[in-house]
Amino acid sequence: MSGSTDRLSRLLNLVPYLLARPGIAVAEAAADLGVTERQLRDDLELLWVCGLPGYGPGDLIDMALDGDRVTITYDAGIDRPLRLTRDEALALVVALRLLAETPGVGHRDAIERALAKIESAAGEEASPPVAVRLPGNRDRLAGLRGAVERAHAVRLTYYTAARDETTDRVVDPMRVLVVGDRAYLEAWCRRAEAVRLFRVDRIDAFDELDEPAAPPPDAQPTDVSEGLFHATPDQPLVTLRVSRGARWITEYYPCEEVRAEPGQHWLVSLRASDLSWARRLVLGLGPEVTVVGPPELIEAVGAEARTALSAYEEQVPC
Amino acid sequence: MSRSRTERLVNLVICLLSTRRFLTAAQIAATVPGYEHDPRDPRDHEAFQRKFERDKAELRDLGVPLEIGTASIFDSEPGYRIARGEYALPDIHLEPDEAAAVGIAARTWQHAGLAAAASSALTKLRAAGIDVDPHATLGVEPVVRVDPAFEPLTGAVRDRQAVTFDYRTPEDDQPKTRKLQPWGVVCWRGRWYVVGHDLGRDAPRCFRLSRVVGAVRRAGSPGAYEPPEVDLISYVARWSGPPERTREATVLVRKGRATGIRRYADRVVAGEDGDRVVLKYADAERLAGWLVGYGADLVVEDPPEVRDFVVKRLHEIAAAHPGAAAPGDRVIAAAHGGRSDRS
Repeated sequence: MSGSTDRLSRLLNLVPYLLARPGIAVAEAAADLGVTERQLRDDLELLWVCGLPGYGPGDLIDMALDGDRVTITYDAGIDRPLRLTRDEALALVVALRLLAETPGVGHRDAIERALAKIESAAGEEASPPVAVRLPGNRDRLAGLRGAVERAHAVRLTYYTAARDETTDRVVDPMRVLVVGDRAYLEAWCRRAEAVRLFRVDRIDAFDELDEPAAPPPDAQPTDVSEGLFHATPDQPLVTLRVSRGARWITEYYPCEEVRAEPGQHWLVSLRASDLSWARRLVLGLGPEVTVVGPPELIEAVGAEARTALSAYEEQVPC
Repeated sequence: MSRSRTERLVNLVICLLSTRRFLTAAQIAATVPGYEHDPRDPRDHEAFQRKFERDKAELRDLGVPLEIGTASIFDSEPGYRIARGEYALPDIHLEPDEAAAVGIAARTWQHAGLAAAASSALTKLRAAGIDVDPHATLGVEPVVRVDPAFEPLTGAVRDRQAVTFDYRTPEDDQPKTRKLQPWGVVCWRGRWYVVGHDLGRDAPRCFRLSRVVGAVRRAGSPGAYEPPEVDLISYVARWSGPPERTREATVLVRKGRATGIRRYADRVVAGEDGDRVVLKYADAERLAGWLVGYGADLVVEDPPEVRDFVVKRLHEIAAAHPGAAAPGDRVIAAAHGGRSDRS
């Protein structure tokens, strides 16, 4: 939609908007509609001369400006907003379905009621051919959301895949996010003294404490607009030669570079949080993957495989 | 758009909303300020007609339902009007908690396509007298991303029109062109899929939207088919759901190691030589792959099919990653001293 079409649709919405709120302050209306006050005054001035002249005094849109407050006194027939377009109905209905499906979400019945009303108002545009199912442990998420709402600190038993260990820690919850197929608790971690995203499926246990959650004032929520995880240059860069059967890792892990080699192999570079994590990844992918670098990883993978093999050779079954 | 054109378009809407009869272009020109011209001057008249055509197109783009008909049986010239019932958003009343839910729903698109559509929908609801609290929260926030193929595919489903697109799975070297009668779009476990009848395979198929390469093109005519009444979600789930785990494997795990394995244990029996972890599984080779990830932290005891896969994989990995020293030396070094990375 072009900027000019934006203005036309804004004007057509403005009359019914003001009609529903007699005497509203211009500044308040501007903030609500997401335009500047100056723009809104300009819009009002334009509307002032709209209508069909020549039929009588009530033909032009009329309004009373009382200082900073505005009241529409004649609407010239534009007393309702335009119905929702297909895309507008799609955006609201699908988002409400996603909300209703989000595990652990609060006020589910309000979401369902709103969905029914929007669907009915959108009429025939209302049934977008979109079905939604989000995974997740609803009880656990509802419990964590409760802790966020009550602003209580939480003791977590958390599995860290990068180090293959489970640890206990106390965190100050900030919010619960569902991104793609995973739910996260974002919290200030008192152990790491930093904001951390905890994967809910790796929280093995949690305890809501009586003490209040107190994230430091400078604790900033993570900007998730460009994805959740951002590799940093200090993380080791791992390069793997990947055969067809393990190419799926390029959809699963954020990669720095993927290059097709002659034949079926891809050369894949990714940042590993930890070389021991990379060793477990490579071992788990087995013969589909060979490490190209760094040399320590080649060494570690080979050594681990030989050590593991020796255990089987010692106790050869009869 | 100039100020005068915007003004003229508002006037055109007011004019066409206020009439029950169809108005001809000449009648509209006589009523709506901004269309004044001399109909006897061919150039002037032509300019008016072009202007009027552009304005009609603009209104249609905005979703204004323009009706075309004739004013009477004596009149052959087309006339125009806007049906008020079609134009106006029906009455809608939302309770404060419902309005809050709608506001949050509109916000879920903040990082995705459809954000503009969501915000203009919200403006219309506000124009209908609904107050939406922009700061409401539900405690759990979904962050939604949709793939570029989402909008063209949902559009094609509504129009019952087949599409073609290039599709590439990681296993493919080149994208393959698929032709599909789409039935619907599904968000399952956070990923987007389209389900439909694959015309090339003559069978139902589902496709992951993130694997569609380039543009989705319409093919064939609209209204060409009717999607069957099927549960699209169970369709996708059947294709990509986890298999049932009915078999058991016993793995001897070193004390305090392989936490990632222990978290999935069906049961654990502690012993002198380590902990015996019993795991449920569906596919021996997949289980073996996962276990090999934990290297020397565990030894598979049972069943032989898992054990054999593990040993075979370990041999292949060892061969592909030769050590700097002789293999025998490495085993001893790694077993007794080379584990500092774990402590």
